[in-house]
Amino acid sequence: MTRNRATRNRATGNRATPGTSRGGGSATLHIDWTRCDGRGLCTELLPDLLVRDDWGYPLAAGRPAGEQTNVPLGREDLPAAGDAVALCPRLALSLRRR
Amino acid sequence: MSTAPDTRPVEPVSAAPAGTHRLFAAGPAADHGTHLRTYGPVPESPDPSGLVRILKESGLTGRGGAAFPAWRKLEATASARGGVFAPAPVVIANGAEGEPLSFKDRVLLHNAPHLVLDGLLAVARALNASRIHLHTTAGNIAPVERAIAQRRDARGIRISEAEESFLSGEASAVVNALHTGSAVPVDRVRRLSEDGLKGRPTLVQNVETLAHIGLIARFGAQWFRSAGTPHDPGTRLVSVSGDVPAERVLEIAGGARLDDVLREAGADPASLSAVLVGGFHGRWVAPAGRRLSAADPSMQAVPPGAGILHALGAHRCGLAETARITSYLAGQSARQCGPCMFGLPALASAMARLASGEDDPTLPAELERLGLSVAGRGSCHHPDGTARLVGSALEAFAADVAHHLDGYCNRKARP
Repeated sequence: MTRNRATRNRATGNRATPGTSRGGGSATLHIDWTRCDGRGLCTELLPDLLVRDDWGYPLAAGRPAGEQTNVPLGREDLPAAGDAVALCPRLALSLRRR
Repeated sequence: MSTAPDTRPVEPVSAAPAGTHRLFAAGPAADHGTHLRTYGPVPESPDPSGLVRILKESGLTGRGGAAFPAWRKLEATASARGGVFAPAPVVIANGAEGEPLSFKDRVLLHNAPHLVLDGLLAVARALNASRIHLHTTAGNIAPVERAIAQRRDARGIRISEAEESFLSGEASAVVNALHTGSAVPVDRVRRLSEDGLKGRPTLVQNVETLAHIGLIARFGAQWFRSAGTPHDPGTRLVSVSGDVPAERVLEIAGGARLDDVLREAGADPASLSAVLVGGFHGRWVAPAGRRLSAADPSMQAVPPGAGILHALGAHRCGLAETARITSYLAGQSARQCGPCMFGLPALASAMARLASGEDDPTLPAELERLGLSVAGRGSCHHPDGTARLVGSALEAFAADVAHHLDGYCNRKARP
């Protein structure tokens, strides 16, 4: 059940990336975990947003559980997020406008 | 409700069940005749907005674990149905009950199958559904088939056999099982109510939720709310197991006190160190002062999930028990999502080390870190639920954690 409200914890998201404004809230990056293989390209394109976990999978650092699968993006993230969607070798990413 | 004297003739045969004895009021293994004598017929089917309104007034929430308001799912499916090219909706009664500690759906389907069918058919009529499924494990199929054969209005229901696995009851896994035969959850960007079985608007509702709908369609929202609390109206079934005299299913009011329920099940709450509420994806809590409520904001409330209470006697080690469950849950991963496939075995391994009394003071912090790193990172809530279980064990058994790190366990029996 996708009951995650990406807007709910925007404050936490702001805290996670000091110095960057992520208040745009125009889109989310959806991670299809059933496809993701932890290749890591998205974490290189979005280093302020995604880090790699113990096993190499993308982790939205400092974000709550409800923002891990649909990661809220700021406007400044959109170009790199678009690249990540286009270049993900596993086609595991999609952009969702809100 | 009016307090003026009611001069309407009294219905002589059936009556709304009083108290919390509702779902089994027709007695054990009730056939269709007994069922109708007890509850009477379901009135003419309301339109979708009528059923949505009455369910909204009733406050009924899903009894399959997530406690999502029943009316919202129905409304979402009904509105997805609109439009010229929209395919007709599908309704699925979910009796997969994959949780090992849950048996209330089995008891319900064996004893009150007609209430489940009433609710399923009421929802299907309201949605003008094109297909109606009842999905349940092998052992429940015979009583459901017997019940369907006893009535004329249920012939269109298709019964399918659910796999016996922990995740088989997850809503997207149910739809996937009906579509592809594979009972594993799928990634979703759209809700099942918009895009479910073969792209159709799909309503998946737990069988107990449907049984309550079968009663609400007869006796109304106010009757439903006459048991329970404003935050958690109505009744729910709970499967009580563990250190109790006998495993059993009870029907309890919303917001019931946990220690009262344990006493009703024949257990002395003082003899228990904790109760696992909500099953393997639930929480360990000390019973004193707690209430079972799906939506109560107070600190004393603990969500009952799919209605599972597993009692742990004070002589048993909760850390060892949690390690055993975590290991089972790691094995039940569908192995589709990396954080679950790798994170759950890591959690299980750290939990086993803590349970065995390994002298490593970093273990509790490592368990918390692993829990945070898997939560929310899967196509279903399996990693979240497992992390929640482990987190609640560290809290509820904090004294045991300290003892284990000192190299001993003061529980007499260790499973």
